[in-house]
Amino acid sequence: MSTVILDKIVKRFGTFTAVHPTNLEIPEGTFLTLLGPSGCGKTTNLRMIAGLLDPTEGEIRIGGKSVNNVPIHKRNLGIVFQNYALFPHKSVADNVAFGLKYRNIPSSEIPGRVQKALDLVQLPDVGDRYPKALSGGQQQRIALARAIVIEPDVLLLDEPLSALDANLREDMRVELKRIQDQIGVTTVFVTHDQSEALAMSDQIVVMSAGRVEQVGTPEEVYNRPASEFVANFLGASNIIEGKCTGKDAETAALDVPVFGKVPVPADKAPHVSEGAAKLVLRAEKLLLMPQGADTTGMVTSEAVVETVDYQGQTVRYFIRAGDRQFQAINMIDGHPFAEGTTVTVGFRPIDCAGLPG
Amino acid sequence: MSVEAREARQPWILLAPAISAVTLLLLVPLIFIVVYSFWLRTATGADQVGFYLDNWQEALTDRFYRDILFSTLRIAAITTVVCALMGYPAAYFIARSRGNKVILLLLLMLPFWISYIIRTMSWINILGVSGALNTLLMSVGIIGEPINMLYNETTVILGLVHFLLPFMVLNVFVSLDGIDTNLEDAANSLGATKWQSFIQVTLPLSLPGLAAGGLLCFVLGAGTYITPLVLGGPRDAMFANLVFEAIITQLNWPLGSALSLMLLVVLGALVMIYNRYLGMAQLMKGLG
Ligand SMILES: Nc1ncnc2c1ncn2[C@@H]1O[C@H](COP(=O)(O)OP(=O)(O)O)[C@@H](O)[C@H]1O
Ligand SMILES: [Mg+2]
Repeated sequence: MSTVILDKIVKRFGTFTAVHPTNLEIPEGTFLTLLGPSGCGKTTNLRMIAGLLDPTEGEIRIGGKSVNNVPIHKRNLGIVFQNYALFPHKSVADNVAFGLKYRNIPSSEIPGRVQKALDLVQLPDVGDRYPKALSGGQQQRIALARAIVIEPDVLLLDEPLSALDANLREDMRVELKRIQDQIGVTTVFVTHDQSEALAMSDQIVVMSAGRVEQVGTPEEVYNRPASEFVANFLGASNIIEGKCTGKDAETAALDVPVFGKVPVPADKAPHVSEGAAKLVLRAEKLLLMPQGADTTGMVTSEAVVETVDYQGQTVRYFIRAGDRQFQAINMIDGHPFAEGTTVTVGFRPIDCAGLPG
Repeated sequence: MSVEAREARQPWILLAPAISAVTLLLLVPLIFIVVYSFWLRTATGADQVGFYLDNWQEALTDRFYRDILFSTLRIAAITTVVCALMGYPAAYFIARSRGNKVILLLLLMLPFWISYIIRTMSWINILGVSGALNTLLMSVGIIGEPINMLYNETTVILGLVHFLLPFMVLNVFVSLDGIDTNLEDAANSLGATKWQSFIQVTLPLSLPGLAAGGLLCFVLGAGTYITPLVLGGPRDAMFANLVFEAIITQLNWPLGSALSLMLLVVLGALVMIYNRYLGMAQLMKGLG
């Protein structure tokens, strides 16, 4: 268990820069997620920490020591690959025992440790089987057992849940988090799935095109997106360009088309100053109401429902207010508003964030 | 006709051309050979139809045939081992190279565009008394007189390796190419060095390809007659040369048939052993 530090890391493949200068500190015991769309450099970062790729520039430190010149087999890391990468010619028990053989562990202790790891992933009885005889979810657990049985300093997971089907994925999410809590290992988790990142992480690093867009807790990156990219990547947002007419310690007064004045809490608009600014309005925060409903404390407008995308508990609406289209995701009980209905739409200013224009 | 009945018939319709070709071109001639091997060649040169065991007795008891059979198997075995040792690293290199695999494989196949006989004869121009190597060595002054390098067992093996190496490389390549590179990375991350990961993971997973390549090299090597004819001396005849000699030179079809069946049985037994071994490997599930 160790702190991991990326110090001005750059990775180039030929002339293509996959990772632009990146600084990152992953405190001991943290569950940190690299989140971003496919191709943004998540795996490249993870592989550099693992020692499977050499950084072009910069230094990686694990537990205070530079590991740039430490080969992968001496780094003591546990890696879980997206496709599990279990050894098909070895039994489950031999797979899990693999890493123990290269450590100074008396061979009499190995079966006990293997069993403990299998117990931890709640598959105590599959030791004699071969990976092919296990389901995808089970293989994933064995891959995890194999990675943690060596008591790694850092656990690295590259989209470990993406090959599982939806229900299993949610179960494994909880399971993985439980195991990580239990052993307290510093964990770097790679995913392109924002809900996975929000549900599991202590810290989220949102990446885009080889750059870090924002680092923060799930609550921070969700509620206080540092850029338009983050606002859009973590759930759907309406970004409304307008201007800031004044800012004090409490609020930043934004003025936007359609809705008019919106007093955004100052701490949710840290980089906004007077002049051009953008309002970030999350789709879930924009409520559709019948005309004449009580809208105390809300900023409102009249709107016409254009498209209704019914999803059971929630409905996604596209509405038109003035000359603009907005997206709203509302919980409903009963019937959704029909297309063509004129409604009142509104939101609370404290649910919004501001970005510099 | 019901859907099931149609589906049940379909594989047979699709297989029919192949089955008739195999029957006509392989099975029927084989039956002829079996029948021939019990005929008898008389002093007049005519074949006497009947059921005589004379050819089989001669083929099985004459030391001459047995010695050549053993030396044929030995040469095939050495060739196979050399092909494996040379071919495995080459296949590994191709399988692990990025992007240009197709070109490398094409280069590997390139020699097949030239006739096997010409490829074999090319060694005469390289190793012959007035060949490239002797000329070079003499012009550099390392030797004064040309050395006789041709027409011995070593040149036969050289020719066989030249002929069979691509088969080994291809077979090993196919099985290495199918191995997920994450497996080696995973082994590395768990503490195994590159070499240990190779021994523990990649090598065992590539054994089916190595075995297939080995079998192919061995069977093709043991059945060859052109290479010893072109590159071997009078004492380097291999078993297929005896068959050739009996049938083409002496026109003794019955004896030639018995001899060729002998080789067929020996090599067939080898294929069975291979099958049996792979059958056992199947127990180690996942190699599939
Ligand atoms: N070995 C490589 N050679 C060249 N380009 C690569 C290599 N590995 C990754 N890349 C490129 O680097 C970028 C980031 O890749 P990656 O880290 O795998 O993205 P992610 O995991 O976020 O989907 C991609 O554009 C990818 O094409
Ligand atoms: Mg990736």
